[in-house]
Amino acid sequence: MSKLKSLTKKQLFLPIFSMILVMLINVIYDMACGNAPLSFFQIGIKNGFLYGRLIDVLNRGSEVAILAIGMTLVVSSSAGTDISVGSVMSLSGGFCCMLLAGYGVARANSYALPLWVGLLGGILIACVCGLFNGFLVAYLNIQPMVATLILWSAGRAIGLLLCNSQIVYVRVPSFQILGAYVGFLPTPILIAAFCIVIAALILRFTALGTFIQSVGINKKAARISGFNSARIILITYMICGLCAGIAGLTATSRIYSADTNNIGLNMELDAILSVALGGNSLGGGKFNLSGSIIGAYTIQAITTTMYALGISSAQAPVFKAMVVILIVVLQAEPVKDYFRKMTAKKAAKEAKAA
Amino acid sequence: MLRKKLSVLLAAAMVAAAVVGCGGADQTAAPADNAAPAEEAAPAEDAAPAEDAAAEGGEEAAPAASGDVITVGYAQVGHESDWRTANTQNYQDVFSEANGYELSLIDCDNDNAAQLEAVRNFITQQLDYIIIAPIETAGWDTVLQEAQDAGIPVIIADREIAADASLYDAWVGTNTKNEGITAGNWLAEYLDGKEANILVIEGSVGASATLGRSEGFKEVADQHSEWKILDSQSGDFTQDGGQEVMESFIKSYEGQFNVVVCHNDNEAYGAMDAMNAAGITYGVDGDVILISFDATHDGLQYTLDGKINCNVECNPIQAATVAEVIQKMHNGESFEATTLVNDEAFVAPGIESQYATTMTEDVLAGRAY
Repeated sequence: MSKLKSLTKKQLFLPIFSMILVMLINVIYDMACGNAPLSFFQIGIKNGFLYGRLIDVLNRGSEVAILAIGMTLVVSSSAGTDISVGSVMSLSGGFCCMLLAGYGVARANSYALPLWVGLLGGILIACVCGLFNGFLVAYLNIQPMVATLILWSAGRAIGLLLCNSQIVYVRVPSFQILGAYVGFLPTPILIAAFCIVIAALILRFTALGTFIQSVGINKKAARISGFNSARIILITYMICGLCAGIAGLTATSRIYSADTNNIGLNMELDAILSVALGGNSLGGGKFNLSGSIIGAYTIQAITTTMYALGISSAQAPVFKAMVVILIVVLQAEPVKDYFRKMTAKKAAKEAKAA
Repeated sequence: MLRKKLSVLLAAAMVAAAVVGCGGADQTAAPADNAAPAEEAAPAEDAAPAEDAAAEGGEEAAPAASGDVITVGYAQVGHESDWRTANTQNYQDVFSEANGYELSLIDCDNDNAAQLEAVRNFITQQLDYIIIAPIETAGWDTVLQEAQDAGIPVIIADREIAADASLYDAWVGTNTKNEGITAGNWLAEYLDGKEANILVIEGSVGASATLGRSEGFKEVADQHSEWKILDSQSGDFTQDGGQEVMESFIKSYEGQFNVVVCHNDNEAYGAMDAMNAAGITYGVDGDVILISFDATHDGLQYTLDGKINCNVECNPIQAATVAEVIQKMHNGESFEATTLVNDEAFVAPGIESQYATTMTEDVLAGRAY
């Protein structure tokens, strides 16, 4: 009992609990339909590839998980959100495909430039976008949402311009590697895992995490204690841009084309939501990266669940909203306080009875 | 002081952003060949007063005032897809100076307000005919009334409009419901009474193409008791969406389905990738019959390769039909209030059908979009 109590007090308890709750919906549905109750969790190998709903969640959730890393840092350092990440994804994918196919070419069956040039180009342009956002926020003190609004609208437009307003297809098998499979594993899962591990290592073994949090808690105080607050904010926005670039290239490689109109569409909202679902305050300061990552996969779990349940696409947003409301309410401070009070009362009663 | 500096910088950033924005818009339009006609519209504006003077002098009808040249304004939706680009190109080819027309084509970039503005401009310029491919169905009453008051005939092209039929003169376009019916009829012919377990990957929720294609296909499906639509989900007309929905379908209905209907070609590409990964065969030699819509160049390539069994087109080549209506109006002959542009369907080599053309290299070569 005491073990369970200490478990519920852990910061990650609620995000994980919400994710399990979402997946439980599937178990209930499968039982009601007479399917194997745990079919959602079944993982197997089919046609030489990993196969299963859980794999779908991990695979399809990769982009948002990668974005969530950058978004968490940005939220922590600047108490604001970077709403340009979806557009930057599209821009980086568009630029990469333009380099690989050549300007104005809609279908390419061979590379115009080596693959690494395209990928590097995509990553670099995303980093430049991050730098631009960071400069506006850190050095010009523009509200993060306003500053990133510029690239939110312009990023996708520039991508369209680079792609000559067409969907640019790069039909070379090696280009699909980022979005397809390595051996039996879907590559996006590996990319996301790689990004998460790198981020975790940096935060653990350098003081960057502490710097970011102190800047987020009190920018002035951090500056007086000797941190270069502006530079730290700039760095977080650059990391966010880098993450958007990686996510953009993954999404582009999945469909081996730069569909600049649709890549990363509304994904900034998913990224922000995953930070919130992870139990992080959007007011900046202390952050918990694992929470955001779990939040990202929770969002994908909701989407996958909706497909599994066969909820019609017109009703799906309502269902999604209901689940999100439930999770957010569970994590709201007043609700937490209420439960805390209830347990305290109970304990007091028990003590009295004893 | 600091605040002043900041405000100056902010202003500079805003100007820079505006320049970037404008530059983007201009240049995105340019490659789609839409900039040229837009520029041509400018001299037409200049010429308008001169024409007015001529009209005042002679009190003649507008067409006569501008000689034999018929001036036509086309408020195009935008350039969001290959289909739209082909549609624009088609109008430029048909309404050419060589054919006796002067076309003012405005690319409205999917902006409803810009389109209303474009039509008002056409009215001020006193063009002979106005063609509108409406971005939104509603909200047209006022501007159509203005056109009617100015005595300019209006033709609605391509999409439906929610206005009283008395406010415009003719409608020319495709019927997405018919496309769905064609797909259904072809499937019935192909299956010849065999069972069908169907999965549908729909387009964007609420889009007219989605509604029409679903409705038409369902109408045929309802007549066949041996058909069952197992599930229907939206793939948002994108390749990624099609792939994700198909991945889920495969898990939910493993080994239970033999027909997949995708509402556009991009979704079909995604569905094919998902089936490839799961080792499911499709197309002419496969276990699953794949039906797609749009029939773009790439889609038809897959049809020719036998990967897509049947691809139903949504024909962007509509200008000739519109020109026919305009000629009839111009000569004072009677014309049809609504004209349907013929949509074709294409089937993979090895399939013969009364509803569709069998794909060959030649058909593909003639496909520009």
